[in-house]
Amino acid sequence: MTNTTTDTTRDAAEDTTAAPLDDFAALPRLMSHMTGDEKHGPAATSTLDALWVLYDRVLRVSPATADDPDRDRFLLSKGHGPMAYYAVLAAKGFFPTAWLPGFGSYDSPLGHHPDRLLVPGAEIGSGSLGHGLPLAVGTALGLRAQGRTDPAVWVLIGDAELDEGSNHEAIAYAGAVGLSRLHTLVIDNSSATHGWSGGIASRFEAAGWSATTVDGRDHEALYAAFTLPHPDRPHAVVARVEAKEYAGEPKPKAKAA
Amino acid sequence: MDTMRERFASVTTQLLDEDPRLAVVLADIGVDGFRTAAERHPRRVVNVGIREQLLVGVGGGLALAGLRPVVHTFASFLVERPFEQVKLDFGHQGVGGVLVSAAGSYDWPAGGFTHMAPGDIALLDSLDGWTVHVPGHPDEAETLLRHAAAAGDDKVYVRLSAQSNEAARPVDGARFLPVREGRNGVVLAVGPMLDNVLAATEGLDVTVLYATTVRPFDDAALRTAVAGATAADVVIVEPYHEGTSTRHANDALEHVPHRVLGLGVGRRELRRYGQIDEHLAGQGLDARSLRERITGFLGR
Repeated sequence: MTNTTTDTTRDAAEDTTAAPLDDFAALPRLMSHMTGDEKHGPAATSTLDALWVLYDRVLRVSPATADDPDRDRFLLSKGHGPMAYYAVLAAKGFFPTAWLPGFGSYDSPLGHHPDRLLVPGAEIGSGSLGHGLPLAVGTALGLRAQGRTDPAVWVLIGDAELDEGSNHEAIAYAGAVGLSRLHTLVIDNSSATHGWSGGIASRFEAAGWSATTVDGRDHEALYAAFTLPHPDRPHAVVARVEAKEYAGEPKPKAKAA
Repeated sequence: MDTMRERFASVTTQLLDEDPRLAVVLADIGVDGFRTAAERHPRRVVNVGIREQLLVGVGGGLALAGLRPVVHTFASFLVERPFEQVKLDFGHQGVGGVLVSAAGSYDWPAGGFTHMAPGDIALLDSLDGWTVHVPGHPDEAETLLRHAAAAGDDKVYVRLSAQSNEAARPVDGARFLPVREGRNGVVLAVGPMLDNVLAATEGLDVTVLYATTVRPFDDAALRTAVAGATAADVVIVEPYHEGTSTRHANDALEHVPHRVLGLGVGRRELRRYGQIDEHLAGQGLDARSLRERITGFLGR
C-alpha cells in the first residue's frame, strides 16, 4: 500500500528529520506534498485550525489507541479536500508522511475522499455529503448501549453540507434524545448556496443542542468551544472561516474608470 | 398462525435478551411489536422517528461501534429511499448488519405503488456481498432471522411477506430444497411463490426447487436439478421483479446450453388497489397463469 520509490516521496520522508512534525507550523509543508504549493488558499485550509486543535488538545485518540473501543471518535463527514485532515493525521503519526505525495494516485491509500479501510485513523469513508452525522449518531448510540459513556464522538461537516436533509434528520433526533456524547463541528466558509439565515447555530439550538459560534482560526477560542460543558445535550461548534468565494486565485481588481 | 412480521418481533425480542451485541433500529414502522423489548433494552431498541436516511445511517454507526444492528421498515423506505445509505453506510464502511423489510411487492395493495418495492432485490444485486433471505412461511422467517442475527458481520437482507405458504419447509439459510422431482425441466420457486408453483405444476413432469436464500445463489443445486432433466430448461418464479435471478441462473449453467424464463412482478405499474390475490393474478403469478406460462415455455 505504501509507495516509497518516487522522488517526491523521498522529499516527504526528509520532513521527518528537517523539523518537528507534531507541530502546527509543520502542516503547510505536509500539505504541500499533496498540493505542490506551500501557500494554500482558504478553501484548502478551512478545516486546518479546527482539526489541529481537536487532534492536538481535545481528542483522546492516538496511533496507539486507534483500535481501542474506548477511544474518542472523529468522523470527517466533509470528505472533500481532505489534505488538511491527512496532514494532521500524518503529523500525529497515524501513517507515514511518505504517503502524502502519492495523494490521489492509483497506488496510494490517500484518495481525494478518505476511505476508512485504507487510511489508518480514519473512522469513516466519506465523500458523499450527509453521511457522517447519521453515522456519528449511530456510533454514539452504540457506545452508550455498551456502557461506554466516556468516549466522545465528533463529526465535522461543512456549512454547504448542512444542505443535505440527512443532517437535519440526525440533528432533530440527537437533540430530542439528548445524545450528550455527540459533538458536531461545522466549518462555515459561507459556501451554502442559499445561506443559513438566522445562523447555523440556531438550527442546532432549536433542536435542543448546545451550540456556540467561534472564529475558526483562533485556536484558544476553538479549544474553549470544544471543551464547553454541555450536560445532557449534544454540542455543536460552528467555526467561521474566510468565505469560500475568496479561495484560490485573488479576484482581479476593478479597473479604474 | 402469526404473521412473519409478528414472528420477527417476537424472535428478535428473544434474541435481544440472549445477544448483548444485537440492537434494533426502527423508523416508526413496527414499533408496537418491540414495546416489551424497548422496556427491557432501552439502549438497544431505538426508534428514530420517520427518518429513513437516519435509520440506515444509525445502523451503520451502531456497527462501527461494534454492535450488530437489525434495521426494519417497509422495503420501499428501507432499500429504495435510503439506497445510498445502504450502499455507503454498510458496504463502503466495511461493516455489516441485518436489514429486515416488510410489505415488499404487493403486501398492501390498497396502499398503492408508494408502498410497493418489487425492485428491492435487484437494487441489492448492484451491491457486493449481501445475503438475501426470502422466507415463505413464518417458521422459515424465524429460522432465517436467527441465521441473519448470528451471521457475524455479514450484510444480510431478510424480505418478510404477508403472503405465506401453507406449510413450512426445513430451510437452512443457504441451499435450495428439492420439493418435487421430474424430467422435463426445473421450476425454481422463491419464498411465498412455492404454493402457487406447486399448484401450477401439479401433474407436470418437472422438478420443483424451493429457494428461501437467493443470494448467494445456490449454483450447485440448480446444476444438479438440471442434470437430472432431459433439457436444461429453467423457470424462475420470484415474488419481486421478474428476471432478477435470471443472470444468476445463466452463470450457474454457463457450462451447458440452457433456456431460462424469469417470472415475477412486472415493471409496469398496475395502478390497482384491492387484495394480494388480485395482484398475483394481475402479475400472472396465480396458479392458473403460472401453469399456462410454464407449460408454454417448456413445450416450446
